[in-house]
Amino acid sequence: MTLRELNPGQTARIDEIDAKQPGVVRLMVLGLIEGAEVQYENSAIGGDPMEVTVHGAAISIRKQQAGCFRISPI
Amino acid sequence: MSEVETTYVPVENISIHRRASASIAVIGNPNSGKSTLFNRLTGMRQTTGNYPGVTVEKHSGTVQLENSALELVDLPGIYCLGGFSTDERIAIDVILGRIEGTPSPGGLLVVLDATHLYQGLYLLQQLMEMQMPMVVAMTMTDVATSSGIDISIEVLQRHLGGIKIYPVVATTGRGLDTLKEALETITGAAHPAIPESWPELSSTADELVARCEGRLPRIDVIQALIHPDGRRAGLLEDHLGAEEVDKVREQLFGDEPPQACEARHRYRWVHDVLKESLHQAPLIERYGARGLRWLNQPWPATLLFFAVMALVFQAVFSWATPMMEAIDLGASLLADQVGEWLPAGAFSSFLTDGVIAGVGSVIIFLPQILILFLFIIILEDSGFLARAAFLMDRVMRTVGLSGQSVIPMLSSFACAVPAIMATRVIPDRRDRIATILAAPFMTCSARLPVYALLIAAFVPDESVGWFNLQGIVLLGLYLLGILGGLVTAWIMKRSALRGPKPQFALALPEFRRPNLQTVMIKLFDRARIFLKRAGTVIFAVAIIIWALAYFPRSEAIPAELQQAIAQAETVYSGARLEQEILGLQNTAAADQLEQSFLGRAGRLVEPVFLPLGWDWRVSAAVIAGFPAREVVVAVMGTIYAVGEEAEEASLTAKLRSAAWPDGSPIFTVPMVLGLLLFYAWCLQCAATIATIRRETNSWRWPLFAWTYMTVIGYTGAFLIYQVGSMA
Repeated sequence: MTLRELNPGQTARIDEIDAKQPGVVRLMVLGLIEGAEVQYENSAIGGDPMEVTVHGAAISIRKQQAGCFRISPI
Repeated sequence: MSEVETTYVPVENISIHRRASASIAVIGNPNSGKSTLFNRLTGMRQTTGNYPGVTVEKHSGTVQLENSALELVDLPGIYCLGGFSTDERIAIDVILGRIEGTPSPGGLLVVLDATHLYQGLYLLQQLMEMQMPMVVAMTMTDVATSSGIDISIEVLQRHLGGIKIYPVVATTGRGLDTLKEALETITGAAHPAIPESWPELSSTADELVARCEGRLPRIDVIQALIHPDGRRAGLLEDHLGAEEVDKVREQLFGDEPPQACEARHRYRWVHDVLKESLHQAPLIERYGARGLRWLNQPWPATLLFFAVMALVFQAVFSWATPMMEAIDLGASLLADQVGEWLPAGAFSSFLTDGVIAGVGSVIIFLPQILILFLFIIILEDSGFLARAAFLMDRVMRTVGLSGQSVIPMLSSFACAVPAIMATRVIPDRRDRIATILAAPFMTCSARLPVYALLIAAFVPDESVGWFNLQGIVLLGLYLLGILGGLVTAWIMKRSALRGPKPQFALALPEFRRPNLQTVMIKLFDRARIFLKRAGTVIFAVAIIIWALAYFPRSEAIPAELQQAIAQAETVYSGARLEQEILGLQNTAAADQLEQSFLGRAGRLVEPVFLPLGWDWRVSAAVIAGFPAREVVVAVMGTIYAVGEEAEEASLTAKLRSAAWPDGSPIFTVPMVLGLLLFYAWCLQCAATIATIRRETNSWRWPLFAWTYMTVIGYTGAFLIYQVGSMA
């Protein structure tokens, strides 16, 4: 399961990241790394981009990049 | 030698403004309260300058300490030393002393946001690698406490190798005295220990520094390893050979992107440090927070965005109009006064029609610009603009841009100059240039007087359903501008600026109440930059246009005017006479303009604009408008012999009755619609061209933008006129 399949309000732990896909490194620099707990807070209309929080910091992420983050829901 | 009487003043009564002894860079994440702290420390003793060769403004100020003074340099907020955007690259270059004429700072004041330690400690680690003296200020401690965050500063300091952390509340000033005491000794402070988050990188860096025999500083070696495409990479490869460096990289990073490896190591370390030093109490959500959460949902947030934007534009226009009218009236009254004091002639005309009108045409934009800036700064500081970028990302993606282009495009509804400067946050150069090319299409405040004049003259004041026809045409012109901009971005992103899809990874700050001092300082700063950048160009253009419209003077026209007045005096008297004289004077002014350089130019280019249905007068006014579109109304006033300060009604009457030699009207509906479209799409603004040149650092893009916009404006006007006239 990847981050793009998460439902609003759900929390998950990041297991694996495909860092070679475009735009993913920038998200990792903002704190989305393996082992981090992310919560899906909100989205724009249509569900894209998504707003996720990690350690209280909100980050906007597009669905396309969200698909590069393999997660397990908590 | 004469004797000098000496008076002694108690030392505590002397207020001392010491010269700054060292320069300290203030650095931290965006929205960390860095600027508020900077403003608190430096008060009003700030200056804004430029870094040579780059477009980002240098904000610096002096902080007066007990026994010394320091220069503080406020850097753009960044998340890492990676350099994704122009702002980030500038911050890094300043810290590393890579900007010519700006020596490396003597130390760093690092700002950590207590509510966002996760990202703050990431940047702090990278800064610790630089081996510079540093003092850490922890802001937002009050917000952290009220959100149930309990931070053990002592534990944190231990993990940071003994760096001192000073908790402050920048908005109230709590903790500032202790921070200032620490700054007093900053340059002598010991370098922080290197964090142990990535021992392999540390040992490799040490080894490579030794192999380069100290000719490359440690931080450059690390940057060269992590950024293979960066500017430092070449230096390291020169010393060790490209193959050798690649081998080292492979050992460290495998086949993963180096920055991803760095993020993994450093954030893991941050995670461990926070586990020991930070305790988050379970949150009891207050009503306010719950309300904000509800507003953050997709539909409410989007509706709120449009409501706020509608409110902002409403305020910009309804508040600014009385002020703009007052400025306009003031300028013309002043010009009349000066005109009466001075004998008629070139000098009087230069002062009244050139200088005073020129200054007036600059400051008339200030009310709208200041009000719009005020709103944008408040929205920016409260975290709303980042949300707007988030909400609009999907829409912008359809034309190949990202949500980050939304903010500059909103600004350009007041003026394209600050909008183009606001594109600096866009990381990718191609996206940034596409946004710069789209921004001048938005209906700026200088287009409005022309729209207002032509709409009032030629669009009937009728209702269509619930709406007013004139209002619909105005709205249509706004939409035409937006459409032109978006289509341009779409075309550019598919041709000359084709590249990978724009990335959109944005930190979303929470909603915060903006700080008044920060807002006012920013507002003052942006107004100053606007006056300097746009004001000087607009003023110079006004003087040039005046000269072209004034010279050469015909001797015959004033003589004929005197004769005609003398004749009129024999026929009329009283009010009628005054009216006749005014009419004769206006005709004489129109005759003078006709044989001036501007009038001759109008005649010269008339054949070019004839297919659009324009006579030489309209052509001359359009030529005058190319450097600055706002002068068009004044030129039309003179050219149609109603005087520059004519009542709108008399000018519209003249326009309506203007005719070709065969008696058919010039201003037909297709011709007016074409003219409006021409104004909507043409880049008639020297200030914008100069700003594009500055921000893209070449003449290529301003020349392209000018040619492209002129061609489509002309073609559009041509098609509308030709097709419309066939019917």
